[in-house]
Amino acid sequence: MRIFDPHIHMTSRTTDDYERMAAAGVRAVVEPAFWLGQPRTGVGSFTDYFDSLVGWEPFRAGQFGVRHHATVALNPKEANDPRCRPVLDVLPRYLEKDGVVAVGEIGYDAMTPEEDDVFAAQLALAVAHDLPALVHTPHRDKARGVERSLAVVAESGIEPGRVVLDHLNEVTVELVRHTGCWLGFSIYPDTKMSPPRMVELLKAYGTERVLVNSAADWGRSDPLLTRATGEAMLLAGFTDDDVDRVLWRNPVEFYGQSGRLDLGDVDAPGATFAGNSILRGGS
Amino acid sequence: MTPDRLRDALRGVPDPDWLATALRRVAAEPGEIARFFPAAGRRCGRDELPDLPGWTADEAARALLLAALPTDHAAQADALYRTGDAAEKRAVLKALPLLPVGTAGVPLLHDAIRTNDTRLVAAALGPYARHLDPAAWRQAVLKCVFTGVPLAVVADLDARADGELAAMLAALAAERAAAGRTMPADATDLLDRLRAGADTGPKEA
Repeated sequence: MRIFDPHIHMTSRTTDDYERMAAAGVRAVVEPAFWLGQPRTGVGSFTDYFDSLVGWEPFRAGQFGVRHHATVALNPKEANDPRCRPVLDVLPRYLEKDGVVAVGEIGYDAMTPEEDDVFAAQLALAVAHDLPALVHTPHRDKARGVERSLAVVAESGIEPGRVVLDHLNEVTVELVRHTGCWLGFSIYPDTKMSPPRMVELLKAYGTERVLVNSAADWGRSDPLLTRATGEAMLLAGFTDDDVDRVLWRNPVEFYGQSGRLDLGDVDAPGATFAGNSILRGGS
Repeated sequence: MTPDRLRDALRGVPDPDWLATALRRVAAEPGEIARFFPAAGRRCGRDELPDLPGWTADEAARALLLAALPTDHAAQADALYRTGDAAEKRAVLKALPLLPVGTAGVPLLHDAIRTNDTRLVAAALGPYARHLDPAAWRQAVLKCVFTGVPLAVVADLDARADGELAAMLAALAAERAAAGRTMPADATDLLDRLRAGADTGPKEA
């Protein structure tokens, strides 16, 4: 089973995770820029973080045979802090980087006027830099957040097929599935979606324009739940080809719209990783 | 390395017109380099150049872009390094010996050597590393041994390696032996050569 996790915050994960992911079949990841738990107070914190997403983290992933790409944005939560707003001014230079395959995570947290402005401004950046957009949907008041996100996306003029609305569930999937946008689902140990519930949604709605991710971060989460979802699909009667479509070809198609996905030798169906340990310097 | 050799080696890239246009634009309007520099990998490829071992197409193209600047090479190299992703930083480091920057690029070497990205450490130890002071250079060589970077990447290795580096390597070898671990063969070979040289008297600077 070859797996492309289209949303995982590897910055918060250990090398043990990379080893286990590679062993489970994860060969490619996209790491969206998001909140780090501790609020940031200035642009420098963001540029160091973005630099890591296009520098150190891809190197670290490469030690385990995992191809790493990123999405870059000012996240909706920190969009509310005026000290972070100038992050918008440094985004254009990151949106030209080879490893940046979308603008994201953008969208809503508490649906404030500040979030409205920053969301719209970053959809315009996606259009200007010819990149797809990854839209985080809010955890509170989710259904209304999804509806409002769809309205902002429509108003921006970005092509819906270049947008994924993420963290959907049984309730919100209905709002998105006829819009032309991609459907993103995050599989979590407790919250969001679980593998069995994901399988039920795939049975009901099919595998087209569906992205399944672990969204693993610094909270309670599990980078192997993509694999668990693939196995649950097989047990439920889906074919190997269905699983490959959901866990590999769909994310390749979505992020491939950036023209910047570089999967090199990791996308061959029979490729395996020889095994390595991260080089630990003496510094 | 010279710009002409880089240009010759890049003749077979997928989009040579893009590079030719970019070089003309940068020569006329230096500020444009910020736009072309990150795109070089997508336009010229990232594989090693068959005619230029040790150089990838994106590195060579970016080095040419820097060399095409009419002025302010040091400031531009610094800015492109500071705002670059890992591949862009590596290209700046490799371009430094081709540019009229004097010793202005040394802080970039220090930055690269501080990282644990072995590709950056290796790129910092090319010919331009002659501007590193001996202490920083020895630390960098030892870091290569620590992190598994082949010593073949270090320019002027034998000419510069001295008794102090030999002592540092010997101490590392002793630590490794005590832990039941081995040294990379190229480091052991270097230590052997330094000891043999010391036996036959001091070598010339």
